[in-house]
Amino acid sequence: MTLLTPSSPAPALVVPENYLNESFSLRSWLLTTDHKRIAILYMLSITFFFALGGLAATLMRLELLTPHSTMVSDDTYNKLFTIHGVIMVWLFLIPSIPTTLGNFLIPMMIGARDLAFPRLNLLSWYLFMIGGTFILVMLLFGGVDTGWTFYPPLSTSRVHTYVILTAAGVFVTGFSSIATGLNFIVTVHTMRCPGMTWHRLPLFIWSHYATSIVLVMATPVLAITLALIAVERIFHVGIFDPAYGGDPILFEHLFWFYSHPAVYIMILPSFAVVSEIITCFSRKNIFGYAFVAYASISIALIGFLVWGHHMFVSGQSTYAGLTFSLLSFLVAVPSAIKVFNWTATLYKGSITFQTPMLYILGFIGLFTVGGLTGLFLAALPIDVHVNNTYFIVAHFHYIMVGGAVMAYLGGIHFWFPKMFGKLFPTWLSQLAAITIFLGFNLTFFPQFVVGYLGMPRRYHHYAPEFQIYNVLSTAGASILLVGYVLPLIYLLWAMRYGPAAGPNPWRATGLEWQTPSPPPTHNFEHIPIVARGPYDYLEEKPQNA
Amino acid sequence: MPEAARHLPPTLAMQFEDPLQQHEASTLGMWTFLATEILFFGGLFVSYTVFRLAYPETWHTGSHHLLEWAGATNTGVLLASSLAVALAVHFAEHQRRTALLLSLASALLLGFVFLGIKGIEYHSEYMEQLVPGINFNPAHDPSGRLQLFFFFYFVMTALHALHMLVGIGLLGFLLYHAGRGHFTVPGANTNAVEIIGLYWHFVDCVWIFLFPLLYLVR
Amino acid sequence: MNRTFQLFPDAASRMSHQVDHLFWYLMLWSALLTVGVAGLILTFAVRYRARPGHRQGFLGPHHALEWTWTFATLAIFLSFFFWGADLYIGESAAPAGAMEIHVVGKQWMWKIQHPEGRREINELHVPVNRPVKLILASQDVIHGFYVPAFRIKQDVVPGRYANTWFQPTRPGTYHLFCSQYCGTEHSAMTGTVYVLEPADYAAWLAGMPTAVSEVQAGAQLFVQYSCHTCHGQQAPTLAGLYMSRVPLSDGSTVLADEAYLRESILYPAAKIVAGYPPIMPSYHNQLSEEQLFALIAYIKALRGASATQPATTPPGLVGEPPTTNPTGNPITNPQGIP
Repeated sequence: MTLLTPSSPAPALVVPENYLNESFSLRSWLLTTDHKRIAILYMLSITFFFALGGLAATLMRLELLTPHSTMVSDDTYNKLFTIHGVIMVWLFLIPSIPTTLGNFLIPMMIGARDLAFPRLNLLSWYLFMIGGTFILVMLLFGGVDTGWTFYPPLSTSRVHTYVILTAAGVFVTGFSSIATGLNFIVTVHTMRCPGMTWHRLPLFIWSHYATSIVLVMATPVLAITLALIAVERIFHVGIFDPAYGGDPILFEHLFWFYSHPAVYIMILPSFAVVSEIITCFSRKNIFGYAFVAYASISIALIGFLVWGHHMFVSGQSTYAGLTFSLLSFLVAVPSAIKVFNWTATLYKGSITFQTPMLYILGFIGLFTVGGLTGLFLAALPIDVHVNNTYFIVAHFHYIMVGGAVMAYLGGIHFWFPKMFGKLFPTWLSQLAAITIFLGFNLTFFPQFVVGYLGMPRRYHHYAPEFQIYNVLSTAGASILLVGYVLPLIYLLWAMRYGPAAGPNPWRATGLEWQTPSPPPTHNFEHIPIVARGPYDYLEEKPQNA
Repeated sequence: MPEAARHLPPTLAMQFEDPLQQHEASTLGMWTFLATEILFFGGLFVSYTVFRLAYPETWHTGSHHLLEWAGATNTGVLLASSLAVALAVHFAEHQRRTALLLSLASALLLGFVFLGIKGIEYHSEYMEQLVPGINFNPAHDPSGRLQLFFFFYFVMTALHALHMLVGIGLLGFLLYHAGRGHFTVPGANTNAVEIIGLYWHFVDCVWIFLFPLLYLVR
Repeated sequence: MNRTFQLFPDAASRMSHQVDHLFWYLMLWSALLTVGVAGLILTFAVRYRARPGHRQGFLGPHHALEWTWTFATLAIFLSFFFWGADLYIGESAAPAGAMEIHVVGKQWMWKIQHPEGRREINELHVPVNRPVKLILASQDVIHGFYVPAFRIKQDVVPGRYANTWFQPTRPGTYHLFCSQYCGTEHSAMTGTVYVLEPADYAAWLAGMPTAVSEVQAGAQLFVQYSCHTCHGQQAPTLAGLYMSRVPLSDGSTVLADEAYLRESILYPAAKIVAGYPPIMPSYHNQLSEEQLFALIAYIKALRGASATQPATTPPGLVGEPPTTNPTGNPITNPQGIP
């Protein structure tokens, strides 16, 4: 990397052609089939939706500062938490890592020029945008207030808000998810470069493969369920509404059959990112590659068998409850294994604390807490007490925000130099990571306590003795907000003004780091031939001896 | 790219290294897509089963209202069309352009016959006032449950018919390219025929399940 | 209830302490695992931090270690399952002799009916140290009956009955919350549970002399809706019906529990008693959930001819509406449609 100073004669600075500068026209972006450009398109879209979902959360947390209603009406509050859930789940978390980092990196990591079906990839982004537009239109029309779970008969026969429009939007984004998952599965099976056997694949690929199984198998069930809600709402035929002879519990089964695996769609890609970053910043091979790889697959498969733990108090039989409880404890085991393996990877490593590593260390801590609280919920008598309280809210935010969002940010920071060819400010990014970690804990830990005390979720006003916890939570949220805004600012700044990164600033292994930063459109001059495992850090010379 | 080849399905897409990889990818892609379709219809089949077990008498009555001759004929029509499509794949691989065209055209025609018979059935059910949400006559069943059977009937067959329509469109696409000889020139890429054939067989399979479940309830 | 700051909820039922013990067991393991993992990470982070002269070491595969921690984790998690399952099964059924109270949830209030006659809205008075079984119904959407201090929660799904039970162990006042989102005023659908000493409870129960017992109310409805014109004559007799096995026209038998009784009133065509024609009219959309509770309470009270008669013979059997309630006071406002 040549540093330019005013006194040295400036060499002709020719920026090589890469996927970003090969064309600047809008048409070349909107009609691109390049997986890297599609990843950037997705990144822009999901950042927008994250901000929108975050705005809803901000308003909710401000309202919850006092036990009484101060800022908004009951109906508005109900719309806020519904919209927060719908946007964060379907327009942010489900796409996040797979469509941004997955799209960008999967072909590069396996030595391919693109995904198997590049035009399907573009279609998937358009489907996402169409679904997102439906949601925006729904917001403009006045919102929806059923909760992101759409339970009938409330959603089919009682509310007068835009349920069908919301369901249609989610339906369409569902097809976007299916297309992405299908593309990944076929790509991993058929497009690995010579020598890239299954057991030489980076764990990033294994986790995304597991995620894709879930995307492809679970999402269609959501699609048909939402279609049935829409039909019931219009025609009142009596499939879910008991007033017409239907069964609301049938909806719960169909909905959770998708929505439980959906949470694995949201967390498995995070595991992908963790494995890549922890190996790089410990300068070591992952401990127990096979266990970590197959743990991802087992989570994906067993995850299909536990949906009834969302329905322990709905009135299902004792036997059903016991079965789902047992299976829920089983699905926790592979996740625990991963945490142990990552910890063991640090042993005898040579560890640095760059920003991506800070995010990942934070992830491991917060995911552990989130996962352990999941065990509390799998125990039937405890779940009876805390179901539908803030204990549940805290549990899933520890996994989704403390886990998935932190892993996403860690991944963005790790691969940012590759994607944009620039470096970002070190100390500011480390400060932001620590701010997020602290803000997050202050926001969500009090919710465990107030949940066990009995504060129900989706409550606009609450019993006065819960106020202190809500105030702590809102204070934490304000810190978290700062933590999220910082990367938005400095990463945008760095895209333009950051120092050049070079092909491999982190000295990471992985085929993506063998290309220039940013990579050329077709990724590789020549398709690589692989002869070694994915985390061959031990071969390197020590730096700064 | 030469002028004549510009409208061809590309022999080898940019992202693939060789035709075998491309073939593997398209086939796996279609099988994966069909797996998602199984899950999609699966939700409906599960709901159908829940209500059939709850209201067996109603299901029996409802099944009797349907035109069994129409369902049975349609089953035969679809089986024949699947045979035609299987033959089309064979002819494409053996570069027999005329035979390919004939088999694709037969499959397409049979597809239209299916939809035509379905249309007759829907019309008959409409005339008998059996369409939920539109003109369902409560006198058919005061308990209101027959309407639920017909809801399933219409949703499942309509969803299937929608898939048939898409399939017909895809067969039309194949017919167009087959007519231009794109599948039968030496070195041609016949993946499209094979994977659309797979899709068509799947849609046929769904009907094989729908027919007894709806028309033959005892 | 405690309106000041608390870190841990009141434990006011037999179940509460047991749930809390399980909770602390899980807490213990969670703390050990968290501290363990965090401790290791911090130790490694310091000990193996990159510095001049430090090189990463080699750590080969160690399958024995991996299988060990896999099975150890599984064993610990299974202990959670078994303890939880044992508690759940053990406490799943209310003890025999539990007093029964009927609850109807509707947007956005809880309506409670004591069998002796007192009715409450958003309040539930119960005596301490006696098991209480609740049968719950919803008038509209799914609600959730939640008393944190008792550690009980039950979703109330429309179209079916739900059951839960508790045994209060401490007098006091406790929160009642609706726990399943049910629309605009979900967060207002809250109330209070009053656990009273037995004497206070008896006094409270007798505190409304004009209250009509549920059985009485049911008897009045039985006549009002002309049930008596068929049942006891060409329709199956209802005496002794409750919890008997009923032979159906398709050859199967069914247990005549509350759910069966409710279904037979609302959807009589669903199950036809063997040997009878399917001519009973449906009362769907004509009776509220509270009226259904009253009718079912009446039917439950009808004993067979060989069994002991209840203390007050329900008037419905002789076809006359009652003129006095069980305490002997004249009825001025007979139970009508709520």
